[in-house]
Order: sequence, then structure tokens, then C-alpha cells
Amino acid sequence: MERERKGFPSALEVQRIRKSFGKGAASKEVLAGLSFSVADGEFVTIIGPSGSGKTTLFQVIGGLEPPSEGEVWLGGKATTGERGHISYMPQQASLLPWETVAGNIALSLVISGLDRKEAKAKTKVWLERIGLQEYANAYPHVLSGGMQQRVSFLRALLAPQPLMLLDEPFGALDALTRLQMQQWLMSIWEENRRSVLLVTHSIEEALFLSDRIVVLSASPAVVLEEFIVPFERPRDEAIWYDPRFNELKQRIYRLLQESAEGSG
Amino acid sequence: MGNKKGAWSKIGPPAVLLTVLLAGWQTAAWLELFDQWLIPSPVSIVDEAIRIWPRLMEHTEATVQLTLIGFVGGSAVGFVLAALLHLIPGVRTAVYPLLVLSQNIPVIAIAPILTMLLGYGLLPKALLVTMVCFFPITVAMLDGLMNTDAQLRNYLQMIGIRRLKLFWKLELPHAVVHLFSGLKIAASYSVLSAVVAEWLGTNKGLGAFMLISSKGFMPDRVFAAVFIIVALSLTQFGLVTLAERLIIRWRPKKEVR
Ligand SMILES: Nc1ncnc2c1ncn2[C@@H]1O[C@H](COP(=O)(O)OP(=O)(O)O)[C@@H](O)[C@H]1O
Ligand SMILES: [Mg+2]
Repeated sequence: MERERKGFPSALEVQRIRKSFGKGAASKEVLAGLSFSVADGEFVTIIGPSGSGKTTLFQVIGGLEPPSEGEVWLGGKATTGERGHISYMPQQASLLPWETVAGNIALSLVISGLDRKEAKAKTKVWLERIGLQEYANAYPHVLSGGMQQRVSFLRALLAPQPLMLLDEPFGALDALTRLQMQQWLMSIWEENRRSVLLVTHSIEEALFLSDRIVVLSASPAVVLEEFIVPFERPRDEAIWYDPRFNELKQRIYRLLQESAEGSG
Repeated sequence: MGNKKGAWSKIGPPAVLLTVLLAGWQTAAWLELFDQWLIPSPVSIVDEAIRIWPRLMEHTEATVQLTLIGFVGGSAVGFVLAALLHLIPGVRTAVYPLLVLSQNIPVIAIAPILTMLLGYGLLPKALLVTMVCFFPITVAMLDGLMNTDAQLRNYLQMIGIRRLKLFWKLELPHAVVHLFSGLKIAASYSVLSAVVAEWLGTNKGLGAFMLISSKGFMPDRVFAAVFIIVALSLTQFGLVTLAERLIIRWRPKKEVR
């Protein structure tokens, strides 16, 4: 099942990343030598206990935090410490309250490097496609949490950067909305393959969405194990009843459990 | 509809209180509780104001002109100063304390220096008003620029926003709400400081008119000028509030929450 990667640069290559906060005795190591990769068009999910350093890892990949050691390669180029190479969907929708829904999307696209006209045109087409065209000129506070996350996802999807970083995108939603959002995201992504690195603490979400799962340990974070998710695409709810789904879920759960006991 | 009701519930009580105070003042004058040449009655003030209305309006016009020039100048200086202090690293910590210090120098001390350097024209007076107005605007706006939402900032930086764009798209729009509280304070200050500026050797404007009337023992004229000054202050404040409503449209309405 492993994708053939030889000859093609990976969308993301994280090499022996270490990151500590603070100096001297107060220094705390958060990332302890992480290495993994995301192939072109692959959907990879990172699972780890909360506080294990997943957001910090994203900050390093995004160039906001310099790693103490190690390198980040995006699309075959060393980009350690450089910004503007990824598209991003944060845990909170993070829409500017003074821009309209369409304005928010267009602004992000312009920042990501599209010209204004193209950004506007793309925004319009896609707002219609996801059925939010009537909110195009509304301010974000009118939208429900789920709708805000759709807008936030769209913003990341339409940016020209090849790799999308999604940081617990549905963490703040209620269980039902969360399920709907997962299915919605899946259907859009399967039609518009992008390289994705998703962070979540939900094992089911990871199994439903991804091609591969990277499990992190708690503080300091190292890669415990990688799992290939074998389900065919397009996927639907049927995979929840697949015995392999439960088996994988149990294995990952046990792995996280052992890691928590080991560190606690 | 709901809006009208809201406006009345705000304007109603102070209007009623003001009417009661004026009526009390007039009654006290009728009962001769104090001397008319010291404190004139409201009716005699209005009488006198009507009698000298054209002259009063001339002075008002001069004061309005000075106020507006000073206010606009002060807003511009306040705005640019806040932006510079915020954008140039390290400057804020050095300059900000000095700014606060500068506000403790009384206008009375600066005014003669300005007139000596720049004469009796409009310029020194406009500068004086500007100096009073810029400070609340700078302080309010700096506050707004520095306290932007950390998540929004983090998101925009993750997707690679440039420093100046971050200012225009995140920091400035966020600071606009704060900017308006500064503008409201400056709007109130501007009229009063224009009047004070007019005390410095000039014969135009309500300030000068008050000074002359006071020296000529015509308290009803002094009070007439005071009434107009109050009206100007309120109008100025009202205009800023109106501008705020027109400009900040994105805010969720309070009733909804
Ligand atoms: N800027 C920072 N300075 C100091 N410590 C930090 C900083 N950012 C994160 N940390 C620490 O790093 C650890 C991991 O945080 P985070 O990456 O947010 O975890 P996660 O996203 O997995 O929940 C936490 O213990 C947190 O306190
Ligand atoms: Mg996190």
C-alpha cells in the first residue's frame, strides 16, 4: 500500500527535528528528534496526547518557531525557518471579524500569493460549490461554528501551497457536527487531492480520513509508530464496521496508553 | 424602531435633568438669591445672545475653524505617531514615557513660547490645539495595535503575511475601535483648548470674546459664549460617534448577544 516515492520530492520531509523552550535549567524539550514525511497527494495524520507538541511541530514546519536542531523540507527544498510555504487551518476558525466571509477567503489567498482577481473569482466559485454563497457578504459572527470551519478549510484548500496543515480542525465542534464535517472534508478532499498533514487526538477521525497515521509520544515527543490505513477510497461510514478499523483503533489506543503510563 | 427607542432612553434622562437644572437656576434668579451682575439668569443670557447674534456667530465661526484644524491636525499626528511607535522596533519603549511626561507641561507654559516664536496668527493656536488632541489618540491607538488577537496573528503569520500587511489587515482594523475612543476624548478637548488658545492675544473667537466680555463686566455675554462652547463640544462628540457607527459596521449588535 505504501506509495512509491522514489524520484518524486515529498510534499514534506521532517528530519530529526528537536525543539526546546527556555534556557539552562528551565529548558524543556518538547520535540525530541522527530522524522517523518508526507508524500505528494497523501493524507497523513498525527496523533498524540494533548500537550505532546503537535502545535509546536506545526509552528516549526510553518517557519514561526526555529527548531533547535533538524531540518524541514517542503517540495524538495530546504525551508527550515521560512514562512509562506504552507497553507494552514488552525483549531479556531480565525476569521477576521471586520472582513466578510468572501473577503476573508480572498485575503488569505492573496497573502498566499494569488493575484487579487484570481482570488476573488476562486472564492466566488467555491463558496457556491459548498453552498455558502448567500453568506459571501456576511460577517463571520453570523455563521455557526461548523460553517466557520468550512470557510476556514476552504481558505486552506484554495491556497496554492501544495501542503495543507490542519491543526485539530474539528476539536471545538460538537460530536454530530464533527462527524458531518469529517464526511464533508473527505468528499471535497477526494475530489481535490492535496498533500495534507492533520493533527487530531481522535483515533476514529484519523482512521476515517487518512492514508497514514503517525503516533507521537508525550513530552518530549518522538514518533512511536506509523500505521498505514488500508481502506479504499472513496470511503464512507461502512469502514466503521470493518473489523480492520477496530483492530487498528485498538492498536493505536494501546500504544498511546502505554506511552502515557511510561511517561507518567 | 428599536433604535429610536434606544436613542430616547439615552438622551431622555440627561435632557430632563438639564431642563430641571435650568428651571431651578431661572427660579433662583427670579427670587433674587444672587446678584444678576455676578450670575445672570438663563433668560437674560438668551436675550443678550439674540441681541448680539451676528457678532456671536462671527466668533463662533473662528472658534469652529480653529477647533477643526486643531482636531484634524491632532488626529493625523496622533495616528501617524502611534503607527510609527508601533512599527519601528524599540522606539515605543524609548519615546512613550517622554510622551506621557510631555502631557504634564501646562498649556499656559507652552502658549507664550509658541506666540513668541510664531506670532499671533492661526498657526500657534492651531499647534496648541493639535498638541492637546494628539495624545489621547496616540495612547488609545497604541493600545489597540498592541492587543490584537493572538490566534489571528498566529494564523496570518503561518500563511506568511508580511509585516506591513499585518499592520493594515489585522492591527489597524483592530485598533480602529480603540482609535475612536481616543477621537472622542480629543473631540471634547479640542473645543476647550481652542477657547484657551484664543485667550492668547487675539480678538477673534469665543475665547477672546469671553475675555473681553469678562473684563467689561458683561457676564451674560460670557455665559452666552459658554453655552455655545458646550453646544460645539457636544456636536463635535456627536459627529465622531456618528462616524464611528458608519465606519465600524462589522461589530455584532449588542442586542443579539
Ligand atoms: N512558546 C512557548 N514557550 C514555552 N513553552 C511552550 C511554548 N509553546 C509551547 N510550549 C510547551 O510545549 C508543550 C507542547 O505544546 P503544544 O505544541 O501546544 O502541544 P499540543 O498541540 O500537542 O497540545 C506544552 O507543554 C507547552 O507548554
Ligand atoms: Mg495543539
